Amino acid sequence: MTLFLQYALSGVATGCTFALVATGFVVIYRVSRVVNFAQGIFAVIAGMATSSLLSRGVPHGLAEALAVVLAALVGLVVGIIALGRRGTPPLASLIITLGLGIGSYAAIIMAWGDQPVSFTGLPGLARAGGVSIQYQFLLVVVVTAITFGLLSLFFDHTYLGKGLTACSSNPYAARLVGIDVHRMGLLAFTLGGALGGLAGVLITPLQPVSFDSDVGIAINGFAAAIFGGLLRPGTALVGALVLGVAEALVAGYYRASFESGVALVVMLGLMVWQASRRSPAVEEEMV
Amino acid sequence: MLEVDNLVVRYGQATALDGVSLRVERGEMVALVGPNGAGKSTLLNTISGLITPAEGSYRVTGRLAQVPEGRQLFANMTVEDNLRLGAWRVRDRDCRRIYDLFPQLGGLRHRLAGTLSGGEQQMVAVGRALMAQPDLLAVDELSLGLAPRVVDTLAEHLVQLNRETGMAILLVEQNARLALELCPRAYVLEAGRIAVSGTSEELSRTAAVRAAYLGGAADEIVGSPNQP
Repeated sequence: MTLFLQYALSGVATGCTFALVATGFVVIYRVSRVVNFAQGIFAVIAGMATSSLLSRGVPHGLAEALAVVLAALVGLVVGIIALGRRGTPPLASLIITLGLGIGSYAAIIMAWGDQPVSFTGLPGLARAGGVSIQYQFLLVVVVTAITFGLLSLFFDHTYLGKGLTACSSNPYAARLVGIDVHRMGLLAFTLGGALGGLAGVLITPLQPVSFDSDVGIAINGFAAAIFGGLLRPGTALVGALVLGVAEALVAGYYRASFESGVALVVMLGLMVWQASRRSPAVEEEMV
Repeated sequence: MLEVDNLVVRYGQATALDGVSLRVERGEMVALVGPNGAGKSTLLNTISGLITPAEGSYRVTGRLAQVPEGRQLFANMTVEDNLRLGAWRVRDRDCRRIYDLFPQLGGLRHRLAGTLSGGEQQMVAVGRALMAQPDLLAVDELSLGLAPRVVDTLAEHLVQLNRETGMAILLVEQNARLALELCPRAYVLEAGRIAVSGTSEELSRTAAVRAAYLGGAADEIVGSPNQP
């Protein structure tokens, strides 16, 4: 039983990082209708940057914070390139993000080499009820909870957050009212970058990242995001946790190499199920 | 207030507006009537800054807000949020004057805009535009899909606003009868060109206009209180 709990708890932690990545997908998609295929790259860059900064003597906390800022900037750059000029169709932007994601492999290898990178997170174990769980796991859960709380506050209770929501609700009306939808899209990409970066900073102590880890991270995040129709972060969180736990159980009880297969099967199953309910996998607007 | 000078707007190869000129003076109520596809919405979207003209120019003195065709609300957001977003360009986000104007909306303020009836949605759309404190209100197809009584109530509110605040109104309508009743002056837009313009009284007496837009009947359009 305790083994099951161990697996489940570690699954919750990885699930939280998936949730952060998923929210990045959701924020960007809601505002700009672009599926950002470079979302996983933000996590990789942040994880590697943290490792570099730590090895140069930058203290914990500061290194992670700087790495997240870096990821946010990378997100902004991706947004600038992908969104291009006003009027670029979302599908074109999607393909550009794909290209940017693959193209960034070269940049990452030049900066950090092609070997997996990790760093020690919060050391030590907490023990409760016969189960020991790394402090790092707890950190992940707490940070994720705080982040979701802040995001919810931002989108539901601030004027700017509502402006962002308006862009996804009705881009035409948003422009009429004076909202610069293009600029909001850039803000969304920056936010998506920060969220991906946060996920990377939290996951790297648990799972080393290398230049091509973005695919695994993005697939998991995307599967969770699709669970919420690419529009609802709350549902994506649920999906992410389920996914994380499922993968941990598969890896623990069966074989680790089957982990990513779980995400793909879940994603496929979800899309088939949603299609069969005759509601689109991605929600249409009401008006 | 609004000066449009030989405006040409194209969508790719198709010419939507072919040299349109018109004016709206401060405090005026002007109608723009014409059939589907004439280019009325294109004109409004251009003067709202959403479309760049190919040739010609337009000038808006002061603030312009549009009540778009089909309401175009933020359906998954509350009435209150819709109204407050209307004030994006101005500092003042206080919705009270909208609730004073449309008391019904006060009780609906926390409802999702997409769940309202057509008439209520139209009130929100007008309210949202008014939040921008415009000097010129451009209304696109107010009457579309609404019951006549609802339209009349809304129209009364607009006329009242025009009289009390001096806000100019450009009323774009397929329902020419309504538009000519409310506005002393009108333009007729057909296939991207101004076919005819003048006072509503003149237009309603013009045989061609009567035949095309007013059902060809001999009854009086003029004589409503808004006429000079």
